[in-house]
Amino acid sequence: MPEEMSKLEIRSALPKCARLDSKPHLFCPGCGHPEVLKALGFAVDELGLQRRIAFGVDIGCSLLAWDFFDFDTVETHHGRTVPVMVGLRLGNPEAIAVAYVGDGGAYAIGAGHLLNAAIRNDNILTIVVNNGLYAMTGGQEAPTTHPGWKVKTAPYGADQYYIKAPEIIRNVNPAAFVARGITSRQPELRQLMKDALQHINGNHGFAFLEVLSQCPLNWKTMDSAEATFRVLEQEHAKLFPTGRF
Amino acid sequence: MKILSINSRPMSEKNFLMGNEVLGRAARAAQADAMYGYPITPASEIMHFWAGEAGSEAGHDQGLVFQQAEDEIGAGFMLIGGVLAGRRAFTATAGPGHVLMQDAFAMAEAMRLPVVAYIMQRGGPSTSTVIYSQQEVTLACFGGNGNGFRIVYAPSTLQELFDYGLKVFNTAWKYRFPTFLLGDGYLAKMLGEVELYDPAERGLEIVPTEPYLLEKKRGIDLKNVIPSPELEVRYSDGVEYACLRNCLNMEEETLTVNQEIKAAWDKMAKEVVEHEYVGQSAAKTVVVAQGIVAAAARQAVQEASGSVGLFRPITLNPFPVEALRRSVAGAERIIIAESAYNQLGRMVKDALYGQVQVPITEYYRPSMSILPEEIAELIKDNVAV
Repeated sequence: MPEEMSKLEIRSALPKCARLDSKPHLFCPGCGHPEVLKALGFAVDELGLQRRIAFGVDIGCSLLAWDFFDFDTVETHHGRTVPVMVGLRLGNPEAIAVAYVGDGGAYAIGAGHLLNAAIRNDNILTIVVNNGLYAMTGGQEAPTTHPGWKVKTAPYGADQYYIKAPEIIRNVNPAAFVARGITSRQPELRQLMKDALQHINGNHGFAFLEVLSQCPLNWKTMDSAEATFRVLEQEHAKLFPTGRF
Repeated sequence: MKILSINSRPMSEKNFLMGNEVLGRAARAAQADAMYGYPITPASEIMHFWAGEAGSEAGHDQGLVFQQAEDEIGAGFMLIGGVLAGRRAFTATAGPGHVLMQDAFAMAEAMRLPVVAYIMQRGGPSTSTVIYSQQEVTLACFGGNGNGFRIVYAPSTLQELFDYGLKVFNTAWKYRFPTFLLGDGYLAKMLGEVELYDPAERGLEIVPTEPYLLEKKRGIDLKNVIPSPELEVRYSDGVEYACLRNCLNMEEETLTVNQEIKAAWDKMAKEVVEHEYVGQSAAKTVVVAQGIVAAAARQAVQEASGSVGLFRPITLNPFPVEALRRSVAGAERIIIAESAYNQLGRMVKDALYGQVQVPITEYYRPSMSILPEEIAELIKDNVAV
């Protein structure tokens, strides 16, 4: 077991806007969420936006982010974070509204909300954590599950269809900020977070950032960081190319 | 403050209007400033009116928000976002749209978010018909996966659409509960004379709103509003940050949430509960009806001979239990009439259980109009000799 980190060590590893007394966080060991959140936090620190952030988190693993930051935060229902943030931003044009959602919330139950927010060019940032399955509910098939992956609701292998959301969003909104990053390339991810935040801070409309992320628990790679990163970088990033769209 | 209508005429005048426009004007008179909606018959004209207001020069100057959502789920959750931003926000819906909005209304109920909805009932179950019905009583009062902590007013006339269309906003923000006006397609589409007024002229104060998020100088402590397990407030560099949730870890936390909401509900209910009684006091025959059916019953009771009264719950939730018990204390017959099967009826019988030993005539006509003549016949058949 590693030695317990001191508060100072934790502080220095986290963005300034992260809430210290909710650490250690409740995500599983090795989970990608904290890496996504840290990238967001460092970007917020750098841009000085902490006091203006309205942070909406979805149901699923993303809900564990409800007290991750010193942000004004609201946890919503499954798939409904995008419309809550849309309504809030319309009500308060000064707000930097950020919806933080998993791939099930964004692309299945909340797909209609996401697509229409993109079409309307609503001035919010939507961050979607794509780990290829439903994690908190026990590893069911998501619209992002790889063809052939054996998951709880596709025990003989998932079918060949899956969603490439940034590509779709670029198609319906030529003006939006659209990108796909990955947890294993933090400097690049932080830059994408910054650019996405600046897009909405400049009132340029919809910003969308999908982040490829790891789920060692449901990927059954808890015993091996190498195996986790192999799936993330060789399988996941191959199916879902990173970059700006 | 002068409330401007779409063509900038001052209010406090009689107008010949359609029910849905009356509601649009009521929202304006209440100083509502945001609407999120999705089209559905028979409620759509409320949204049409608001779209006109928000897009007008006056509406633009006043910062009115209007958003047509992708569906009623989206509209309901946008409404929650508007309320979190401190907007006096509302929606309007009906039937299957009302069903979809229960997702958002449940969250509003859990976190005591004062969302306002004008619900104009249509026939059911399913898509059904679009005019006359009272089949959304149970849904409005007890929909969602909770305990029915939502305030529901049932107006019965066009004038009441304005009066209560205005009042729902004050009730919602004073007590911080989801608050609904439950009308129906017939009232929505009816044309008639209505007196519009500026609430200030009647001495009605507008209850202020306040953001839940991004408000750094609070008048009302969030701890007095949001159930304690759902709220974390922290300070960093002297700035307050509020974190709100509705997903809880422990059953005990969920019990605490419900107990805290219930305590606030019971306190509110005493002040909010409303009813109307028409006719002879201590009548031997008491008709119980609500909404548009109560309008027919009122006429029938006023024209009836003999010892007859009408009891009309104005708030269906909280239900005027004590007033009903008093009103039927001398009754020998009770008649329940509604355009549904046993939705009002269930509430009446629940309130009267163990209190009375008299026959109850139940007249249930889902999605059919109930005319004064039909009530008169029921009264005739039931009048104690």
